[in-house]
Amino acid sequence: MKMPLGWAKEFAAIDCTPQEYADRMTMSGSKVECWESPADEISNVVIGKILDIVPHPDSDHMVVCQVDVGEAAPVQIVTGAANLKVGDLCPTALHDSRLPGGKKITRGRLRGVESNGMLCSLAELGLTTHDFPYAIENGILVLDARDYPDGLPAPGTPAAAALGLDDVTVEFEITPNRPDCLGVKALGRETAATFGVPFKDHTPAVRPGHGDVREHLKVFIDNPALCYRYCGAVVENVRVGPSPRWLRERLRASGVRPINNLVDITNYVMLEYGQPMHCFDHKYVNGAEIHVRNARPGESIVTLEGAEHPLSEDMLIIADAAGPIGVAGVMGGEHSGTYEHTTTVVFESAMFNGPSVRTTAKKLGLRTEASGRYEKGLDPNSCGEALARALELVQLLDAGDVVNGIIDVYPAPREKRRIPLRPEAVNRLLGTALGREEMVDILLPLGFAVEADEVVCPTWRWDMERSCDIAEEVARYVGYNRLPSTLMRGTAEARPTPRQCFDKKMLDALAGYGLWECETFSFYSPKCFDAIRLPASSPLREAVTLSNPLGEDTSIMRTTALPSILEVVARNWGARAPECAVYEQATEYHPSPLAHEAADNDFNNYPALCQKLAAEGKAPSDLLPRESQKILLAAYGPGWDYLAMKGILEQLAATAGIAALRAERNAGGGTWHPGRTADLFAGEVKLATVGELHPAVTAGYGIKARVVAADLDLDALFACRGACPQCVPLPRHPATTRDLALVASADTPAAALEHCIREGAGKLLESVTLFDVYAGERLGEGKKSLAYNLVFRAPGRTLTDEEVDGAVACVLQKLQALGVALRS
Amino acid sequence: MKEALEAIRQAARQAIAAAADEKAVDEARVRFLGKKGELTGILKQMGRLTAEERPVVGALANEVRGDIGEAIRERTAQLAEAAMDARLAGEVIDVTLPGKRPVQGGRHPFQRVLDELKEIFLGMGFDVVSGPEIELDHYNFEMLNMPKSHPARDTQDTFYITENILLRTQTSGMQIRTMEQKKPPIRIVAPGRVYRSDAVDATHSPLFHQIEGLVVDEGITFSDLKGTLEAFVKKLYGPDTRVRFRPHHFPYTEPSAEMDMSCFKCGGRGCPLCKGEGWIEILGCGMVHPKVLENCGIDPEKYSGYAFGAGIERITMMRYNIDDMRLLYENDLRFLRQFH
Repeated sequence: MKMPLGWAKEFAAIDCTPQEYADRMTMSGSKVECWESPADEISNVVIGKILDIVPHPDSDHMVVCQVDVGEAAPVQIVTGAANLKVGDLCPTALHDSRLPGGKKITRGRLRGVESNGMLCSLAELGLTTHDFPYAIENGILVLDARDYPDGLPAPGTPAAAALGLDDVTVEFEITPNRPDCLGVKALGRETAATFGVPFKDHTPAVRPGHGDVREHLKVFIDNPALCYRYCGAVVENVRVGPSPRWLRERLRASGVRPINNLVDITNYVMLEYGQPMHCFDHKYVNGAEIHVRNARPGESIVTLEGAEHPLSEDMLIIADAAGPIGVAGVMGGEHSGTYEHTTTVVFESAMFNGPSVRTTAKKLGLRTEASGRYEKGLDPNSCGEALARALELVQLLDAGDVVNGIIDVYPAPREKRRIPLRPEAVNRLLGTALGREEMVDILLPLGFAVEADEVVCPTWRWDMERSCDIAEEVARYVGYNRLPSTLMRGTAEARPTPRQCFDKKMLDALAGYGLWECETFSFYSPKCFDAIRLPASSPLREAVTLSNPLGEDTSIMRTTALPSILEVVARNWGARAPECAVYEQATEYHPSPLAHEAADNDFNNYPALCQKLAAEGKAPSDLLPRESQKILLAAYGPGWDYLAMKGILEQLAATAGIAALRAERNAGGGTWHPGRTADLFAGEVKLATVGELHPAVTAGYGIKARVVAADLDLDALFACRGACPQCVPLPRHPATTRDLALVASADTPAAALEHCIREGAGKLLESVTLFDVYAGERLGEGKKSLAYNLVFRAPGRTLTDEEVDGAVACVLQKLQALGVALRS
Repeated sequence: MKEALEAIRQAARQAIAAAADEKAVDEARVRFLGKKGELTGILKQMGRLTAEERPVVGALANEVRGDIGEAIRERTAQLAEAAMDARLAGEVIDVTLPGKRPVQGGRHPFQRVLDELKEIFLGMGFDVVSGPEIELDHYNFEMLNMPKSHPARDTQDTFYITENILLRTQTSGMQIRTMEQKKPPIRIVAPGRVYRSDAVDATHSPLFHQIEGLVVDEGITFSDLKGTLEAFVKKLYGPDTRVRFRPHHFPYTEPSAEMDMSCFKCGGRGCPLCKGEGWIEILGCGMVHPKVLENCGIDPEKYSGYAFGAGIERITMMRYNIDDMRLLYENDLRFLRQFH
């Protein structure tokens, strides 16, 4: 909301700098975003009077002017403009002056003739013919006497002041609860209350005119639920022309382009009262009657901007005897807004249901200034006064002859709300000890009344509902920063949950292992499934889909975060990173099988929906997708191979207190390399898939390196975590070790050998460690050698060599069954 | 005989002093003090001496033995020290070579800040809760005093899945879920991902993170809100940080406020970071609207509470001087490696 400060001063006599105004208004609740004044960009530009014009001696399109700029001697200025005559007043940029847009003017010579400045056009001052309708676009701005009824400015007058460019425009951020503050008058009231000066109200006064409005217009509200009030007035013998300069200046400073007196009046009143208005030609109102009703099947309308819009039956329209002439609260029909051959106009000041206007405007794709205001909910009680203000302005501007009376259809007038004034409740909420009188003193200047123990709220303050709203009014005028600051008393029990501790431990551990944590988006393109070569039948292709995504790239919620982490790898590959090892705790989203069970209509009666679902032992939240927590890891570069990534997971599992992981070959292919991928289990619970990515996948991501990755189920990892470690006493007796070099066929899994060793060695085995793997010519084709270090120990005694030899013999016997023998 | 002893003393001293290593020292010891050594040889002749001479010569012999022993110890120690010196001299390395570092990764800058926020709030007695990102409209809006037609919904452009299921625009749904499940006293913070349909640029992202807090108990006041949030900001940005509260509006709180803190870069004098204002907007807050309490079955006459919410990206960006939000989600290692 842009507000010329001078306009607000009509309602509150204040005198302060714009900075002080902005600070104080912001702290009392009307947030000032910024302020500006066109004058700030203009310096050393004054009104000059042309004293003499002679042709340039050396140019046939330039003239040399002597200009009175209010100093002892005239200044000489050369100009190429052709619209000047002696005696004209025009804005004159003197030597060393500044114009809007940062343009600087200095003295110079034009074809050998000295020129001490520049005579300015509209554009050079940031203006248009809307602002100065008597001026021409391609020429010097010559001041017109019609714009200066009190006399033209004297030479030397600063141009910014003479052209009305010296007011400060303040831009407010108006919150949705205060649509009343979309009007200068309401902001004037806030200003008066903030600065502690009287609010100078203005009640419009319309002089008696002629005739009777009821002979010109009939109004019917067919749907009072969507149209609360309709006020109409008629003006005859309209005299369409430019508005006076003061009015144009205010519109311009408010960011509204002046058009003509009729349109300008409606805009002026809207800016002042917040009330959208409409002024349309009476001759296009068929039957001279207006019906505010819902559109009928098949009806359509050609709106002001020339497009035809089909209407639906839930849309409220303004109709005459023949059909739609406007979309209520949104936009007028094609004939509104044009005033050729117009003699009689209707001024409309009406109030419509906000949500209805909002829905209609959205459906038609017509968000207008009016609809934006209506949808926030305005005060129907201000319609009448706004209309009276418009008529007052019609008379002031002599824009037409007002017909006596107004049509006012107002089926259910809005009553003032009453809220109990409970100072103790206000104090209890704020933590203050304010007296009742202090509260009343704050409320009265804001337009509230206090009767007995009740606060009577003005109807424009429809946000006021209960005691906490009173508390806010009190708080913001006492000053938020003058209220006490206290710390809550009492003990508080808070600690991270076991899951929170666990997640943090895992994520910190991975950073310690040398991986870098990432954050990626939760949504991506359905094409990501193809990028990781997910089978067409994969259930992971069933994703939660956004109905209004920003684009295809972010249109579905990920069911697997693997594409997300691969994007990161690909980006770093693209940035020529020699090595990349990354991980992310990622949420994955899986559609609920129940999602389709509840129709959207069911939500309109939420309690009934709850009941219906409760009968099946469910709740509405069960309709939501399931969200699971994963850790995705991916890496390439020196040292990063399958075993390196598997080792990360083994170490992480150990950190989670999981004693052993079982690896099962996953030869499924697709996303993964069929020969270099495994699923990892803790007991029977699958924790992760780890492996090298299928070369076709990495190639698709443009990565020319082997990428290893893992998809770890964090929820499962947490479920399988070990208990708190319990200390075991340190051994007092020495261990006995044996190294076994074993030869097996190349396809015998190492896990099978280790299994045999553990089984054969029995209880005495303390640990078994693989320390060498070898395959070579000396072993023969299809063979490999694995060397293990076995540590034996018994509690409470020293083992004899015989015992250990016996255990090793058992091991070798077990291994025989696998075709594994000692290496000779 | 005295002369002979003195001669041995002289010879031994010379031999020991001349010994170049431990072995030579030992040879000298054997030569003079050994069973067949020169001193032992002399002592065997003691029997020939007179009774008067014997104690005198005996004393001298002991003195010579002591001298030789001392010389051996001294020389041994000298040699050991010299050997150590030589060894150390030979082991000099270039101590300015780069160290061998362990491989180290790191947490995302945003997660570091989030962890810090959680720690601060845990320390102030707030439990950390989390909940669904795909949320019912009911929890995201309706229960928070924002029915379908509410104009405030326009300020949070929402991604919808269906008419009634959406990507949460705020983590406030967790406030409702908590109040439905737990009776006061309640003190929670709910951090997490939220979604709004903003195109990606330097300061916007369709996905970002919020941390929201909620306190409900008997006698909770706006002053408590101020005191708690002031304490929070001082813990996050240092004890000299000042805060101010500005009136604002949220449908789910009344009174509502925005909190600014004094610019941590310029201390409030005004700089490019705070756009010359000296203040930086950091969070929104307010007293929980009684309608919201009622929606959750909490009697607003008995209980009151406050709520607040802040963007974590913004705090992260300010903390690490990051000027483009996109960096946080691009995960370029050259970016991630900067944070330790």
